[in-house]
Amino acid sequence: MAKTLEQDELLSTIDYKPPKKGWMETKPSFKPGTYCYAALPKNLEVIDFPAPEWSPTDEDWKLPPNWKEIILEGMKDRLSKYRTFKLFMDICVRCGACADKCHFFIGGGDPKNMPVGRAELLRSIYRRYFTTAGKVLGKLAGARELTEDVLKEWWYYFYQCTECRRCSVFCPYGIDMAEITMMGRELLYLLGRGINWALEPVAKCYKTGNHMGIPPQGYKSIIEFFADEIYDITGIKVEPTFNRKGAEILFIIPSGDVFGDPGTFTLMGYMMTFHHVGLDYTFSTYASEGGNFGLFTSHEMIKRLNAKMYAEAKRLGVKWILGGECGHMWRVCNQYMETMNGPADFLEEPVSPITGTKFENAKASKMVHISEFTADLIRHNKLKIDKSRNDHVIVTYHDSCNPARAMGLFEEPRYIIRNVCNHFYEMPEETIRERTFCCAGGAGLGTDENMEMRMRGGLPRASSVRYVHEKHGVNRLACMCAIDRATLVTMMEYWVPQVAVTGVHELVANSLVFDGEKKRTVGLRGEPLKGYEGAEEG
Amino acid sequence: MKLEDLLSQKRTAILEKWFDAILETYPADTSRFLRKQKGRFVNPVGYTIFQGIEGLFEELLQGMDSDKTSLFLDNIIRIRAVQDFSPSQAMAFIFLLKKVIREEIKSEIGENQISEELLIFESKIDKLALLSFDIYMKCREKVYEIKVSETKRMLFGLLKRANLIYEIPEQRPHVKRPH
Repeated sequence: MAKTLEQDELLSTIDYKPPKKGWMETKPSFKPGTYCYAALPKNLEVIDFPAPEWSPTDEDWKLPPNWKEIILEGMKDRLSKYRTFKLFMDICVRCGACADKCHFFIGGGDPKNMPVGRAELLRSIYRRYFTTAGKVLGKLAGARELTEDVLKEWWYYFYQCTECRRCSVFCPYGIDMAEITMMGRELLYLLGRGINWALEPVAKCYKTGNHMGIPPQGYKSIIEFFADEIYDITGIKVEPTFNRKGAEILFIIPSGDVFGDPGTFTLMGYMMTFHHVGLDYTFSTYASEGGNFGLFTSHEMIKRLNAKMYAEAKRLGVKWILGGECGHMWRVCNQYMETMNGPADFLEEPVSPITGTKFENAKASKMVHISEFTADLIRHNKLKIDKSRNDHVIVTYHDSCNPARAMGLFEEPRYIIRNVCNHFYEMPEETIRERTFCCAGGAGLGTDENMEMRMRGGLPRASSVRYVHEKHGVNRLACMCAIDRATLVTMMEYWVPQVAVTGVHELVANSLVFDGEKKRTVGLRGEPLKGYEGAEEG
Repeated sequence: MKLEDLLSQKRTAILEKWFDAILETYPADTSRFLRKQKGRFVNPVGYTIFQGIEGLFEELLQGMDSDKTSLFLDNIIRIRAVQDFSPSQAMAFIFLLKKVIREEIKSEIGENQISEELLIFESKIDKLALLSFDIYMKCREKVYEIKVSETKRMLFGLLKRANLIYEIPEQRPHVKRPH
């Protein structure tokens, strides 16, 4: 006779409870879908980084014999060079305020993604080798030996942080977790250990000026392609210029906007807005990238990749720089650029040639964010707007992490959206502005290799999008970051498929009324405007 | 007393125990957070699981409307399908209800009718489990689908812009570019 199963017998064979081990003893398991591929040697060599051949899943990482020395020397050097790093290692009192603020922890549930836990990975080594208590008391003082497993853990978890800085908003000491992650990644690169999705853009940017590796002639023809698209839809001929000496303004955008939808619609939006007011601007095929994946690599690399912006502005003899809708670009341009590559005393304090407004906030960097520029145009009635052209969309706004938390840019995009759309609804207060939730694809993690991790981390953002979709019928998620425009699309497909993603300037351009335009029946993405559903293109 | 009355009476206790049992599938620090943090938007996992099991329990008692049941299951499984679980671990939460109910009505289980009704009720839980397989697979397939569509979006656009391919022009505006 067949054996009858006892109650729970079947269930007990399935290990559905996690092992009860301390965090120091729990090793990461490299499960496909949760980590990114290793940086390729060719990309490391180009920027003079150590270039090992390895895979994170290898049991033996084939580290050089003196790897410990390299890491500890690297830590020592950075502790003396960066005051913040030393402070952030010392001052955490483990109050737990940050613990439940990370999107990866909230959506995924791995305790090492509590920001305090992630920082502890580095702090435990700091204590062991750089503090007396740690040297003497060891584990009792929260210290531990630096081993190959620790290094693997660093690699695993520092590439599960999108450097979005939501946790920092809640830290009573203002510890910036993004900086800790940056340090962790810098140290790993001393051994050539990084991820290819973040490093290939660095290598390409170093060689061609942009993350995608688009050469000058390609960059020019892609942008002209979109000028043709604008003509097809609106009958308006925008005429972008490139590397034009004597232009008043150098305009720099993230290369994601020339590469993939819906960023490309945002690019069309910029060009239409500038054409509308007759702005004297030029693109550069050399400073062809606003983004800076150096930020996800090392401080030196941020500086190296950023240098082209001022250099190109000087070469072309422009008065000031205008920047497009990008996220982390603005952490660099707003907070680091002037210190790293300034002073830009060959540029003028930015003044809008259309309204005369002086952008005093950009006095030092000489670089203005496009939402500041466009909000100012609207404020001075310089744009002829037909809001009803956006009546086919019900919009909510996702505060992209860096413009929100690194620049405090909360009101300008909202002001623009309210002025070009009739239907705008906010997501719940605890998930917007400085408390905004990340797209989970920032800091070089927006690749398909770690899709599961992205979906976990995307859940908090998606939950509030779903809420406004169900409550107000929201069907468009506006944002101000090229990484958002690439990764939120995919995230929405999984969590809230009824919602599409848009840049702010796509909405602006759809609403703009031009002299001599043809009858507008479709928006920039070819979607029918309200009242023209199913109509022939005319 | 009929089983369903008994379960209705013990509803709060059963739901709490079921919730706790599900939370135990997460590491200790995580389950503490999932249990204690009440905000819907700051704790979407805890919120969704509780709302979901509450709804599922009601459906089990009321007669399982298939749309509603699928929605409650989808909400929970869509999350667990991308979390750090094997398929069996991700789905175990359904079967945990059997365990909770058996414990909760241990003393009544031998009474008239109850054990027979329990068999029927547990078959309904099995039905939930079967439904869950479909949903779990749908979610996993979606993960692979979005990986492909992300890559396609980038590649196709690039070829087009590089003028390397000819595209048949679209005649009707409303079918152009879905995203």
